[in-house]
Amino acid sequence: MTTMDTLVPFAEALDRYEPVIGLETHVELGTRTKMFCGCTTVFGGEPNSQVCPVCLGLPGSLPVVNRMAIEYAIRIGLALDCSIASWCRFARKNYFYPDMPKDFQISQYDEPLCTNGWLDVPVDGVIVRVGIERVHLEEDTGKSLHVGGATGRIHGADYSLVDYNRAGIPLVEIVTKPIEGTGAAAPEVARAYVTELRDLVRALGVSDVRMEEGSLRCDVNTSLAPRGSDRWGTRTETKNVNSLRSVERSVRFEIERQAAVLDAGGRVIQETRHFHEDTGSTTSGRSKEEAQDYRYFPEPDLVPVAPSDEWVAQIRAALPEPPAARRARLQAEWGLSDADMAALNAEALDLVAETVAAGASPADARKWWLQELARRANETGTELARLAITPAQVARIADLVATGTLNDRLARDVIDAVLAGEGDPDQVVAARGLAVVSDEGALTAAADEAIAANPDVADKVRDGKVAAVGPLVGAVMRATGGKADAARVRELILERLGQS
Amino acid sequence: MSELTRMTAAELSAALAAEEVSATEVTRAHLDRIAAVDDRVHAFLHVAADSALAGAAAVDARRQAGERLGPLAGVPVAVKDVFTTVGMPTTCGSRILAGWHPPYDATITRRLKRAGAIILGKTNMDEFAMGSSTENSAFGPSHNPWDLDKIPGGSSGGSAAAVAAYEAPLAIGTDTGGSIRQPAAVCGIVGTKPTYGGSSRYGVVAFASSLDTPGPFGRTVLDAALLHEAMSGHDPCDSTSIDAPVPPVVAAARQADVSGMRIGVVTELSGDGYQPGVLSRFAEAVELLESLGAKVTEVSCPHFRYALPAYYLIAPSEASSNLARFDAMRYGLRVGDDGTRDAEEVMALTRAAGFGAEVKRRIILGTYALSSGYYDAYYGKAQQVRTLIIRDFDAAFGQVDVLVSPATPTTAFAIGERADDPMAMYLADLCTIPSDLAGNAAISVPCGLAPEDGLPVGLQVMAPALADDRLYRVAAAAEAAFTGRWGRPLLAEAKGLNS
Repeated sequence: MTTMDTLVPFAEALDRYEPVIGLETHVELGTRTKMFCGCTTVFGGEPNSQVCPVCLGLPGSLPVVNRMAIEYAIRIGLALDCSIASWCRFARKNYFYPDMPKDFQISQYDEPLCTNGWLDVPVDGVIVRVGIERVHLEEDTGKSLHVGGATGRIHGADYSLVDYNRAGIPLVEIVTKPIEGTGAAAPEVARAYVTELRDLVRALGVSDVRMEEGSLRCDVNTSLAPRGSDRWGTRTETKNVNSLRSVERSVRFEIERQAAVLDAGGRVIQETRHFHEDTGSTTSGRSKEEAQDYRYFPEPDLVPVAPSDEWVAQIRAALPEPPAARRARLQAEWGLSDADMAALNAEALDLVAETVAAGASPADARKWWLQELARRANETGTELARLAITPAQVARIADLVATGTLNDRLARDVIDAVLAGEGDPDQVVAARGLAVVSDEGALTAAADEAIAANPDVADKVRDGKVAAVGPLVGAVMRATGGKADAARVRELILERLGQS
Repeated sequence: MSELTRMTAAELSAALAAEEVSATEVTRAHLDRIAAVDDRVHAFLHVAADSALAGAAAVDARRQAGERLGPLAGVPVAVKDVFTTVGMPTTCGSRILAGWHPPYDATITRRLKRAGAIILGKTNMDEFAMGSSTENSAFGPSHNPWDLDKIPGGSSGGSAAAVAAYEAPLAIGTDTGGSIRQPAAVCGIVGTKPTYGGSSRYGVVAFASSLDTPGPFGRTVLDAALLHEAMSGHDPCDSTSIDAPVPPVVAAARQADVSGMRIGVVTELSGDGYQPGVLSRFAEAVELLESLGAKVTEVSCPHFRYALPAYYLIAPSEASSNLARFDAMRYGLRVGDDGTRDAEEVMALTRAAGFGAEVKRRIILGTYALSSGYYDAYYGKAQQVRTLIIRDFDAAFGQVDVLVSPATPTTAFAIGERADDPMAMYLADLCTIPSDLAGNAAISVPCGLAPEDGLPVGLQVMAPALADDRLYRVAAAAEAAFTGRWGRPLLAEAKGLNS
């Protein structure tokens, strides 16, 4: 496992080989209950607290299909422009593994629910159309924790623990057609595809698609063909690539590794490989050439799924606006530049849109989320959407600034207080007395005091060096505890010094 | 033997309702009978005396409080050890599940409890319902009350033997290839395979999911109908359960009238390989039905001859997958977990030690039949044959109301006689398998004793899916006419227990 692979520099690899990639993406659906039983799907429960005879696969138990999971899968299929099967079956995929309660997985085999669609993916301003082979439903397995041993895998572990809370959570597997002709952009295309798919699934409201929690997981297939060859090379399947960055890096690494193998006259082994976040490399998993025979056959415990045309039409009618179209529409509405838009990922876009809807200007909403709040999210290692502040609260803060009640510095204090759970912006302003000092009398007195205390500076300003006014403004701001509107203070001082 | 154990379920039900007897007395009488004879019959793997008496006391209390109870309230029932039962072990006749106490009740267990039926205990069976003799039970065979050296049939042999030995008036079993009808036939009692989907499989440890069908045993047709009605009906926990009213089986059993019914004799289910005494009793039964006003014709079902091979591909294929879960990880037996072996080895050692030879044979058969490159030739082809058999039935039921045949090719054979010859054993289900593959309904009702060995012969009646009531009309009419002719129930002739 620890043998170092020889690599060929990326650009050099691309000179000699053409990569073909393919992605299999698993999305945990956000249904309230599991695929085949009534257990809750909430993430993070005590191990083995969200289980029943069905998802534990106890002898005698039987699955019953969750209608909502079918609906969610159809929603995804329609959004990817797939055909929806009018009749299809589940199949059993048979293999032994301790985290699979029945030692078979209920999945779909030769009769997937959705087939033959596409997704347009923007890559550096160019749209790449990625073909979708199929979208099918299956149940998730339990989660193993292998304790002891060097690899963290079952082999060599001292013992293993299994949590079956995840067993039976509905999964949708989205399989692309082979993506050819992307050349050196292959790693980027892979990443952009997963990003676009993630945003689409999020917009459909069928999953929270959190890669770090495993609700979106990727297997990345990569193969190389010598330039000019009309045959594809042997592919490897890199399993469980669990961040967008890793998707890109794993393709890049496999291209560099496979090129070295081929350059040396070797043969790429068809196998699964594991991606390592720390090194950005992949290592060999089990070889598919001694492939498991999954002995698929139609699941006899379930009746076929036959979504009616009416039902599919209803689901189609209720689909939300596609993310790309929505993004274009919002950009036009908000009048933001391409660069401004580019900085807004799907999550931030939603937050900004909600903030605008709550009354803020697009520029303000964008500024607060991308600057102030993004910084705080970064500092605390949370996602923007998980900050303890709502778009409505941000809109209110922007409004308080626009009307002069707060200046930017005070607004930052208010944000801190809201994040700390001290209540709504108005409550914070009232409780902490954070409103800008707008009493002209008090400000004038403070300005005169500052002028008297700094005669040299005051003289310079009187002599026309308006830019020298800073220390006087600073003094007033200090005197008012920062609660004054700095622009107004500057104006006032210049007025008093005959420079207005 | 107490008179109470001689009574039919219908008689007990009436006596209980009239408060002529208490559920506690009825239960105690049956527990006494079990204590007296079960060391010879070995119908039970587990006798739940305490919970049975507690259940009986509860029924008595409810009745004394003036509650109106259903027909099975206070009537004892024996339950095949393939149904999950809270408070009792469920082993499926296998070492691999020895000691497992399920945390949930099968839908049918729950329905029986709710109906006030008294569950006496769990009955012996061929391991995971694979077999026709109970010899494949890991806990030793059951014995036929007609002749203790003979098999009671299988896989629900314990349930059939319990009813035939008066240890229980009623029992439930499961029929996958004939596992209710064949033991009923060789024990001289009534057993029904309801329409597939008519009785819930939830909590029935699966052998072959597309075939497994729970059903009732009784000593009379009416008793079987009473239990059939109580255990059946739609179950949202079983996707293959049919959402339709339960056919009026009790009314049909009371009607017991075949006048004007069109009855087809299946040409293919007779001839070579059938015991002469079985064929002669069957012929007599057909004449009897004709004399009662039925119109009898012969009907050909040409694909029935492929039923047995198709069954022995489909059932093991599903079983190979259904039985994968017995892997020592979560429940049941665990062998070799001494800290030096990995999970895969422990799985293999456990399965090697926990499964019997027949189960292993079928897992291997099924694994092979489903494997890549063989699927089309075996599993796929068998499913096509299944379709042809369904078409044979459809065509036949276009001409007649029910079909009849012997329930088994032979009477009960000796324990050990076929144990080393799987093919001979498989032939015991020759007549019963077609209905399982088609998913329709069928019953076995006693039609006399084979002259050459004095052992009971079963008449099988088959009806279209959801026409289970027709079975009871025909079987009850035959039963009434036969009992009239014999002067007493057939089972009175059973001498195995010399009682």
